Amino acid sequence: MSGLVPLYLALVIPLAGAVLIAALGRWPNAREAATLATGVALFAFVVSLLEHVLAGANPGVVLVWLLPNLPLVLRLEPLGMIFALVASSLWIVTSLYSIGYMRAHGEAHQTRFYVCFAVSICAAMGVALAGNMLTLFLFYEVLTLSTYPLVSHHGTPKAMKGARTYLGVLVTTSVGFLLLAVAWTYALAGTLDFRAGGILAGRASDSVLLVLLALYVFGTGKAAVMPFHRWLPAAMVAPTPVSALLHAVAVVKAGVFTVMKVAVYIFGPDLLASTGINTWLMYAAGFTVIAGSLVAMAQDNLKRRLAYSTVSQLSYIVLGAALANTWGIVGGSMHIAMHAFGKITLFFCAGAIYVAAHKTEISDMRGLGRAMPVTMIAFLVGALSVIGVPPLGGSWSKWYLALGALDAGQILFVAVLMISSLLNIAYLIPIPIRAFFSKPADGSEPAGFREAPAFCLAALSFTALGCVVLFFLADDVYRLLVPWFGA
Amino acid sequence: MMEAIQAQLPVLQVVIPLLAAPVCIILRRRSLVLPFSAGVCWLTFLISVFLLGEVLEAGVISYALGGWAAPWGIEYRVDALAAFVLLFVSGIAALVLTYAPRSLTDEVPASRHYLFCTLYLLCLTGLLGIAITGDLFNVFVFLEISALSSYALIALGGRRQALPAAFQYLVMGTIGATFILIGIGLMYQMTGTLNMADMAGRLAAVDGVRTALVAFGFLTVGIALKMALFPLHVWLPNAYAYAPSVVSAFIAATATKVSVYILLRFMFSVFGLEFSFEQLGLGRALMPLALAGIFVASAAAIFQRNVKRMLAYSSVAQIGYMVLGISFATATGLTGGIVHLFNHALIKGGLFMAMGCVMLRLHSVDLDDMAGIGRAMPWTMAAWALGGLGLIGVPATAGFVSKWILLEAALERDGVLIAILVLLSSLLALAYVWRVVETAFFHEPSERAREAREAPLSMLIPTWVLLGATVFFGLYTDYSAGIARQAAEAVLRGMP
Repeated sequence: MSGLVPLYLALVIPLAGAVLIAALGRWPNAREAATLATGVALFAFVVSLLEHVLAGANPGVVLVWLLPNLPLVLRLEPLGMIFALVASSLWIVTSLYSIGYMRAHGEAHQTRFYVCFAVSICAAMGVALAGNMLTLFLFYEVLTLSTYPLVSHHGTPKAMKGARTYLGVLVTTSVGFLLLAVAWTYALAGTLDFRAGGILAGRASDSVLLVLLALYVFGTGKAAVMPFHRWLPAAMVAPTPVSALLHAVAVVKAGVFTVMKVAVYIFGPDLLASTGINTWLMYAAGFTVIAGSLVAMAQDNLKRRLAYSTVSQLSYIVLGAALANTWGIVGGSMHIAMHAFGKITLFFCAGAIYVAAHKTEISDMRGLGRAMPVTMIAFLVGALSVIGVPPLGGSWSKWYLALGALDAGQILFVAVLMISSLLNIAYLIPIPIRAFFSKPADGSEPAGFREAPAFCLAALSFTALGCVVLFFLADDVYRLLVPWFGA
Repeated sequence: MMEAIQAQLPVLQVVIPLLAAPVCIILRRRSLVLPFSAGVCWLTFLISVFLLGEVLEAGVISYALGGWAAPWGIEYRVDALAAFVLLFVSGIAALVLTYAPRSLTDEVPASRHYLFCTLYLLCLTGLLGIAITGDLFNVFVFLEISALSSYALIALGGRRQALPAAFQYLVMGTIGATFILIGIGLMYQMTGTLNMADMAGRLAAVDGVRTALVAFGFLTVGIALKMALFPLHVWLPNAYAYAPSVVSAFIAATATKVSVYILLRFMFSVFGLEFSFEQLGLGRALMPLALAGIFVASAAAIFQRNVKRMLAYSSVAQIGYMVLGISFATATGLTGGIVHLFNHALIKGGLFMAMGCVMLRLHSVDLDDMAGIGRAMPWTMAAWALGGLGLIGVPATAGFVSKWILLEAALERDGVLIAILVLLSSLLALAYVWRVVETAFFHEPSERAREAREAPLSMLIPTWVLLGATVFFGLYTDYSAGIARQAAEAVLRGMP
């Protein structure tokens, strides 16, 4: 029965959407309707998959046998379920937001933009549902290539330079390290299936495993573990909806999701913990958490500050994977969803400020609260969720991560989490505070109420609300995950 | 009736294009010659499909030419490897000739079209003959037929540089052919036979090892010249760059591949795995050359302004991958090498066809002139980008399949370092491919690009068929890697 779930629809729906969007390119309203309809259809389909996971089923479908023993296969499991839910739900919201943003801005090449967006979502779904490492790698690369035209969208020399860094870092790491790791794993284990408990136990010496883990983590450039994080700030040349959905949700989460999958299903938590090869990864992640936050503090450009904040937050999830115990995995997986909603809200706000007030630098945003109260309140909510203040979603994932660190006997990383939260406060909270309580820098009287287009406002209010709702849904997420990674 | 024809298929495979070639001179009229020769090519393709089907079903086909039994007569011998090569050579020949008319009108004077078709069919005859024959001297004859006709084909190129390019190829190619002939002569002297299977059996019993060594040396160098193995590749970039687009597409996709086939035949089927690789350590010589070729040629490709020249350097690098696979001398390694013969033929053929579309509209293939061309010719350049992704080896393209099997072969033998080098080299491919993609899609249009429009469907469709096939064979590999594996295993077993 479980073999009959047509998982490939998760790929077919956005692809069909992309074709439709391209065909309707001449009629913007119909084109955007196609985007939204595709988004809703995809989300409905992903939600319909939830019952299988809740029932403990693990349906899979072979797309094609690439080589003997090596199929391209989709398989549903809780981690992928969470990622798919987050990406598909936020795609709808982002599409709404894009309509407001792209039109208000009079951007060129909008059809190309929406088509590439749909293809990127298709790739993200492929990553989420990949049933073996080869399938994941395939969609990981498709995701890189399909987002390249979005990053280089403006075609200016600055955009081309950013896009080149983006592509250069992501492809260099994935081809240079990740593909090697995948091929090596296949040579050692004879399979690339994601299996509970991993496939590498007893297949190689500890030192080989250590090298492999490093190849996986650094090869997954999208996870932005330092020193391979440079592409993320470079990608900020893209239009803001791209930064919001792809570089706070789909692309970066595909990266940390890959690391999580590798830790859980290729190595297996037991292997990681018993051989101790995960220790360095904790330090690498912990370093990125702190260093990312510190660099973020020094940025005046809002989108760049958010980008470095993302670099830092992503390593929370890598840390969760590195802790290699139930709490760490639960906390890390939960953070995929929690951070997604918080950070996308912040990006939406950054874009709204850019559209309505044409400001990109934080120092220019003093006193903006009077003109854009909704945006700034949403910003505050998103910021608090990223910091981890109850009753917002981000508090739970940090809680579980801290428990995981304690469980692994790594008190140091509890301290890292706490310091990072303080740093988050320091670089995020002053923005809304000054917007509400300071006078504009040039001494002019605050302008009257002037918010971004309604589509943008609706989107950012929705995700801000989502941060609150997720706080109360955390229990459901927990129940989704724990039966799999047993407490 | 059908059965009678079926029994003669091996000889028809070669004789049909051979006899059709002079017919082109008789027909002479442009409107007759091109459809006629395209029809002939499709017929040879059809025959090769039947042959492959028969080989996969019933095993090796042995055909005695003129009824003279081997080893006295000439034997045509079709095994899985030969059938596979026949299939893609004739298939690409047919597709390229279907694509040819518009491009030829633009690049070659109409008065020479019948000559073009004659030469093209002769070249095809030679390439098919090499693949099908089981006779050493016959290999040389067909090699010369294909080589001489390809010199003339290249010289048809409109620019003046085409003549020195063809001449350079002529000199180098003749040296290579002479070396091969000397090698074959020495082997004949030793064994008294020219039949490959017969010779494989007799070589073991021969005492004069020194003569065998000399023959081996001459053959290796001669074949390496023919297949443009680094550092014997200098003839190739100019020949591919200045030939007419149609000729570049056909020759780049097939000629060097057939030379790689000759290498496989001589080293594995005639000399045998044990002599070539275990006693003489051919793998230890080929592997560094292959790796050096991959890196040097890829790096050279990055600096080319002429995109056809860039693709030509890329071809030298890709031959490195094939030879690397062969140098492992394992089933997986050979599979990787053989499947890359096929995959690269599709990719490079398609890329040169896309360049033909660009040439038709821009009358230039310089990178500067191609700036912004993606806007005027989206379908052509999208096809090009697809082929480029195949060269890089992005998953879901045929290039990835070859690369994956080569990685597997390297890691099987604990060659982590080689695996790393293979991966690093794909980054060089990324560099030269992306330079073109970025220029074509994101730069401001050049003057020529502003006036250009999309290529005609008669050229676009064959281009997309070939490049679409690279995606198909990137996902579905039963007929590429599957057959390559059978061929590799058969080759490793040696001649019965």
